[in-house]
Amino acid sequence: MTLDTNLKHFSTAAELEEIINSSENVMVCCGRMGPMCVPVYGAMEELQASGDYDNVEFRDMLFDNPEASVIRNLPECSSFRGLPFTVYYKNGKVVKATSSIQSKEQVTEILDEIL
Amino acid sequence: MKKYDVIVLGGGPAGLTAGIYLSRARQKVLIIDEGMIGGQVVLTHAVANYPGLDEISGYKLASEMKKQAAEFGCDIRTNEKLVSFDFSNTDKFVNTKSGEYQARAVIIAVGGQPRHLGLESEKSFQGTGISYCATCDGDFFTDQDIVVVGGGNSALEEAVSLTKYARTVTIVHQFDHFQAYDYAITAAENNPKIKFLMESEIEKFTGSESLSGIVIKSKKDGSSRVLDVTGAFIFIGYVPGSEPFKDCVILNDRKEIVTDEDMATSQVGVYAAGDVRQKKYRQITTAVNDGTVAALAILDYLNGTDPDKN
Ligand SMILES: Cc1cc2nc3c(=O)[nH]c(=O)nc-3n(C[C@H](O)[C@H](O)[C@H](O)COP(=O)(O)OP(=O)(O)OC[C@H]3O[C@@H](n4cnc5c(N)ncnc54)[C@H](O)[C@@H]3O)c2cc1C
Repeated sequence: MTLDTNLKHFSTAAELEEIINSSENVMVCCGRMGPMCVPVYGAMEELQASGDYDNVEFRDMLFDNPEASVIRNLPECSSFRGLPFTVYYKNGKVVKATSSIQSKEQVTEILDEIL
Repeated sequence: MKKYDVIVLGGGPAGLTAGIYLSRARQKVLIIDEGMIGGQVVLTHAVANYPGLDEISGYKLASEMKKQAAEFGCDIRTNEKLVSFDFSNTDKFVNTKSGEYQARAVIIAVGGQPRHLGLESEKSFQGTGISYCATCDGDFFTDQDIVVVGGGNSALEEAVSLTKYARTVTIVHQFDHFQAYDYAITAAENNPKIKFLMESEIEKFTGSESLSGIVIKSKKDGSSRVLDVTGAFIFIGYVPGSEPFKDCVILNDRKEIVTDEDMATSQVGVYAAGDVRQKKYRQITTAVNDGTVAALAILDYLNGTDPDKN
């Protein structure tokens, strides 16, 4: 099962590993097709389409996929109790993680700050 | 400045329906949404009561409505924040962070949002203990003690659904009675995992990285107590998004925009549709109805063909 979005999906931990090691900036939203998650996917789709963040790889991953433990078990997500878990990687390392709904403005602010 | 015939503020079912009718009638229409297109429909896991469709995910239904509006020619802008507007004259002006727009009529279809308690500590724990969606986040609280704040149908129904995961669910409600249907009250009262704290309100959420406690004040005797819980689900109703328009159109005491049966507001050329307007039943079908009526009434207004006014 994958997510019903227009983003590229990660379905295995190996895929995630490969992209974060080969791309400088990666944003991954790990969630379901729920009310708190969908707005984040929407913001990512728009940012991707805008062309302003061509240096960022935007991906999503289904939270219930067993392989998503690669995100669920990150120390940066240990206190999280709200979907989605959104993780930002730079040069293979986690630089920011957020829990629950985020607006496009909040996502943009994070991208501008850390990437 | 870009010119349109009609600007629709809000791209939920009301705004999109109005857009579909108006653009089919060859009006130049701009739909501006400060968030994602689809409104509350996107928040709905499964819609089972929209005529003609089998159960459909809210996301899919909203995407189809958006596609239809775009195909008829609506210019749709998302995540565009309203900065200022002037609706006082025949020509209406809207400024957003990204542009300036002019039109001859406006539809306010901005719907509503979940009501928050408004406590400073509420923001700190959103996503780390505080949630507004039981189906999304319920399983994070498996075998834990949690509270549900509220006393309406949603609060009681969601409390029952959360007992699938939580060890105990304490319903915290400010009054001594619920504002809910009997079936919802009975289901909650008969559930052995549910406890009730009536005439009580939340003073503060506490914890370090995530929520670990709640300070609750009794409205009966003013005493405060701490409840050790790791989760709080808040279901205290919806607020209409009418605040930015309060000086331009008449609102009722529930902050809903007052309209006539053509969806016309107190300001000439300004219409309101959907959940933001004064009405009893808030559903996708009623929002779609309002959007249709507003669009048809605007066509009459713009063409000077309103039978009631000739
Ligand atoms: C969890 C949930 C489940 C539901 N389930 C059902 C169901 O099964 N069946 C049913 O019929 N109804 C259901 N409803 C109710 C239904 O979704 C609403 O009645 C309907 O969406 C209202 O449509 P609307 O267009 O008036 O407003 P909304 O859907 O609220 O859309 C308003 C839009 O306006 C935007 N907006 C807000 N402020 C501004 C601004 N200042 N400028 C520009 N844009 C703005 C918002 O981002 C939003 O996209 C449900 C509601 C919820 C919350």
